[in-house]
Amino acid sequence: MTFLSNIWRNEKSREIIIQIFVLFCIGWLLSWLVMNVNANFKALGKDISFEFLFIPAGYDINQYLIDYNNRDSHLRAGIVGLLNTGLVAIFGIILATVMGVALGIIRLSKNWLASKLAYWYVEFTRNVPILLHILLWHGIIINTFPQTRQAINFGDLTFLSNRGFYLPKPITESGIEFVYLCFVISLIFSVLFTKYAKKKQDLTGIQYPVFWINTAVIIILPSLAFLLSGLPISFEIPVLKGFNFRGGLHMSPELAALTFALGIYTAAFIAEIVRAGILAIDKGQKEAAESIGLKPSKVMNLVILPQARRVIIPPLTSQYLNLTKNSSLAIAIGYMDLVATLGGISLNQTGREMETMVIVMLIYLSVSLSISAFMNWYNSKVKLVGR
Amino acid sequence: MTENAYKPGSYPDLPPPPGTVGVYGWIKNNLFSSISNTLLTIISAILLYYLIDGIIGWFLFDAVYDAESKIECRKIDSGACWAVITKRVGQFVYGFYPEAERWRIDISFLTMFIAFAPLLYPDIPKRKWLLWFSLVYPFLAYILIMGGYFGLQKIEYSLFGGFMLTVILGVSGIVCSLPIGILLALGRQSNLTVVRTISICFIEFMRGVPLITLLFVASSMLNYFMPPGTNFSILVRVIIMFTFFSAAYIAEVIRGGIQAIPKGQYEAADALGMSYWQKTRFITLPQALKISIPGIMNTFIGLYKDTTLVVVIGLLDPLGIGRAALADTKWNGLSTETYLFVALFFFVSCFAMSRYSLWLENKLNTDQK
Amino acid sequence: MSNNIVIAAVVAGAVGLGAGYALFSGQAPKTVEKETVTSAPAGAGTLDEVRARGKLNCIINTGLAGFAAPDDKGNWTGFDVDFCKAVAAAVLGDATKVNYTTATGKTRFTKLAAGEGEVLSRNTTWTFSRDVDLAQTFIGVNYYDGQGFMVPKSLGVKSAKGLDGASVCIQTGTTTELNLAEFFAGNNMKYNPVPIETNAEAQELYKSGRCDVYTTDASGLYATLMSFDNKDDHMVLPEVVSKEPLGPVVRHGDDQWADIVSWVLRAMMAAEEKGITSANVKELAAKDNKDKEINRLLGKDPLQGISKLGLSPDWAVNVISQVGNYAESFERNLYPLTIQRGLNALSKDGGLHYIPPIK
Repeated sequence: MTFLSNIWRNEKSREIIIQIFVLFCIGWLLSWLVMNVNANFKALGKDISFEFLFIPAGYDINQYLIDYNNRDSHLRAGIVGLLNTGLVAIFGIILATVMGVALGIIRLSKNWLASKLAYWYVEFTRNVPILLHILLWHGIIINTFPQTRQAINFGDLTFLSNRGFYLPKPITESGIEFVYLCFVISLIFSVLFTKYAKKKQDLTGIQYPVFWINTAVIIILPSLAFLLSGLPISFEIPVLKGFNFRGGLHMSPELAALTFALGIYTAAFIAEIVRAGILAIDKGQKEAAESIGLKPSKVMNLVILPQARRVIIPPLTSQYLNLTKNSSLAIAIGYMDLVATLGGISLNQTGREMETMVIVMLIYLSVSLSISAFMNWYNSKVKLVGR
Repeated sequence: MTENAYKPGSYPDLPPPPGTVGVYGWIKNNLFSSISNTLLTIISAILLYYLIDGIIGWFLFDAVYDAESKIECRKIDSGACWAVITKRVGQFVYGFYPEAERWRIDISFLTMFIAFAPLLYPDIPKRKWLLWFSLVYPFLAYILIMGGYFGLQKIEYSLFGGFMLTVILGVSGIVCSLPIGILLALGRQSNLTVVRTISICFIEFMRGVPLITLLFVASSMLNYFMPPGTNFSILVRVIIMFTFFSAAYIAEVIRGGIQAIPKGQYEAADALGMSYWQKTRFITLPQALKISIPGIMNTFIGLYKDTTLVVVIGLLDPLGIGRAALADTKWNGLSTETYLFVALFFFVSCFAMSRYSLWLENKLNTDQK
Repeated sequence: MSNNIVIAAVVAGAVGLGAGYALFSGQAPKTVEKETVTSAPAGAGTLDEVRARGKLNCIINTGLAGFAAPDDKGNWTGFDVDFCKAVAAAVLGDATKVNYTTATGKTRFTKLAAGEGEVLSRNTTWTFSRDVDLAQTFIGVNYYDGQGFMVPKSLGVKSAKGLDGASVCIQTGTTTELNLAEFFAGNNMKYNPVPIETNAEAQELYKSGRCDVYTTDASGLYATLMSFDNKDDHMVLPEVVSKEPLGPVVRHGDDQWADIVSWVLRAMMAAEEKGITSANVKELAAKDNKDKEINRLLGKDPLQGISKLGLSPDWAVNVISQVGNYAESFERNLYPLTIQRGLNALSKDGGLHYIPPIK
């Protein structure tokens, strides 16, 4: 008895006992769940098999970044959906970041009207569920833009209608490799130049207009190459033929609505994060920067934002992740993302809810985990440099 | 010299220079202080004008509040047809709950405020007594809403809908997820490798997948994980999923609170010879929870908004009721009105919650100083 | 030290897993056996379960005009809803004793399999894989439908073969997307699918001009057409590209229950054939009719085996007096949408409903 109570009193052995007990319980629970699934599936005459992934899907998808037709497999349909998810997430993140930062700064502006407007915008947007945003935006785009035949025409090249946005599609011809090469070279140059300029500034205090020089190089060098190699790009121009515009690049209203809704909704949260981040910077920093005669834009860009960035990045990451996960609501307006293809029509046609949902969840999970791993790495890097 | 006419110390306050105070001064300072500022003001004003001009007429003045169908609406006036809402306001609020029994919902929601009052407002008089009521309230509400006891008619889950469903899902998800979230946060900070790993896995999984996939699991797969023959209602399954989902987020918020506590606090507690649970109960949690209240409130608001997703699995929350109303040939095509109405409801309730959280935050801040 | 803890913990977990597995795997066959003998989801005894509960759980659409939609008072009405009521009338004697559970196209089969309802009455197409692979029992056809196309007249299209390159709004969660893919591929045509979950929203898209064509079951097209302010500007194309026999569904494994549900459907049709309506059913049930089939249906003469079904002799009287016969339900719910009987007439009127004799 004393031996047992001694074991319990000893911290180390107690910890071991507790952990063993917990693991035992978890193991018990897991096996219970697995057995239940087994029994249920047996009763329903179902089995677990992933063979359905390789049979033809049979349905069509309206937006595919890789070739797809209805004879392709469910697996390929799922990949098409995944790429569509990625596309809308990237568009949404860009829009949300630009709008969110702008709104966050406007909210802190001295202009009463603008800051109040931004305040109400933020409050209204973030207090309405994202699903409603998506539905409302879709309704607005569908009902206010003109129909195909009355499409808004920009010089017979670009068209805007309630079927979406049609742009000329660049088609590369031989000789384009040279332009790509020049582009890569100019990118490498700009990276090296930035490093050099920073070193120079650290050593001597001389500032180069790094941004302008880099931009000029990145634009001019490939353009020159483009001219020299004899304009190796032709454009496929959308033409109204039959029911729809054919050819060209097409952005569907569903993609647009989803981008707007996700971007605008997330922008409201990002605005708050940016505002909090800026407010978190000590007032003295701003006053000191002003007192040494920096222009307001320089105060913001050189003093406030670099410091605020450290506060902003962790919550910003989780907003990006939220946006990506919220894109799964695409299903409500018929944008064919991962949940709508593999977790939607494929699930429906094959009746394999267990398998499809496991795959869909694992994909989202790995995307989330890898993005947050990357952002953690970036965060620690910024921190290291900063302090 | 006139200045000498005043005795030392009796120099009268001169009026401020013109253009720095009063309406004019305020306008000049806040709207037109510089060129860029003036530009911003003008742009904002134009934006505001178009917004108001375009919406108000449709929204209020040209709107129709009473009609039998959409066609009748269009005959009366050109604005919004709110008749679809006014005709079905009962459905939007109570779902398909029997009309004769709706007083039960009213009572349980009114008493909900009494039950929450001592938790939300720490200064309320007779707080101790009210806290007992808060403890009993969940059972009371369950009996009132579900029925089946004390001669109350039993009501099926499938009749639940509308805003009532939103509130039930939101509130029960919130209440259940807080304790689980605290446990998970403690688990994640634990020294025990096994406990920590399990907590991390659970939290990261729940945060890593979209809620909509969890709801699909709730609606179509949760029964497979239970012993054959068990069959519990879709409402309960959805609440379980909401609880797990928001518990993971709350755990992360509270973890932030725990990590923000200065290390000296723990060292002091250890020096006093406190056990782990004493430390948790008296040192860690009181401080961590206080810090994380705004974060917790945000999670709650998020969860509340996310209840709209149940429409995707066929439950009739306000959005679902709206869609069902649109399926009626009489009201077909009034989606803007329906969605706006639901949006307005969410805006009002979520805005109230975020104001409350702000109030609480300020209150706790002054306490600390 | 910490290494040892990890090892010990892993071992303990493995032991727990093993112990649980051993214990539950021993149990599993027993539970399965018990379950097939006694209770839901797949077992027999559905009738007793419904009787004990006093209510029928019926899975219906979240909103489709004519088939299932709530009115302003919150009462579900429609053709599919009527069938739920008919089953409740036959089994419980009261057509109002129904709990309606709504399901989307995607969740309906899992809801039925999970035991959330005893009958799935949600315009569901009878197909091989649904019947066999998803382990459901289709008990008959209560509505013969087919997938059609609706276009604005201004488009100038006269046939579905002329739809090459069109944007097509489809309702998902159904057989529709596969039919469409097959039709267009079969005719070497291209199209741009716009998949939408609910009928109400697909209509909005079509009306706004987002799609050139709206495709769904023909009944749905007529329902949509009815809701338009300018009905004459739109037309339904003559082609019907698929067979859509819609009918109620029950779970595999309870033959008694499947028989009950299927004979409720046939009783409604037989009543129409014999001219029994909700107005005259009481009168006909009271007297001795020349047509002995009426007598047997209404419980006047004994119907062999009715006790095996577990129903009282006046089951059909309850159905017809409280819900009406097939024609009454059809007229009440679908005539307002200008849907004609067509294929859904009785065989004697040139339709497809051929009712087995009540003998």
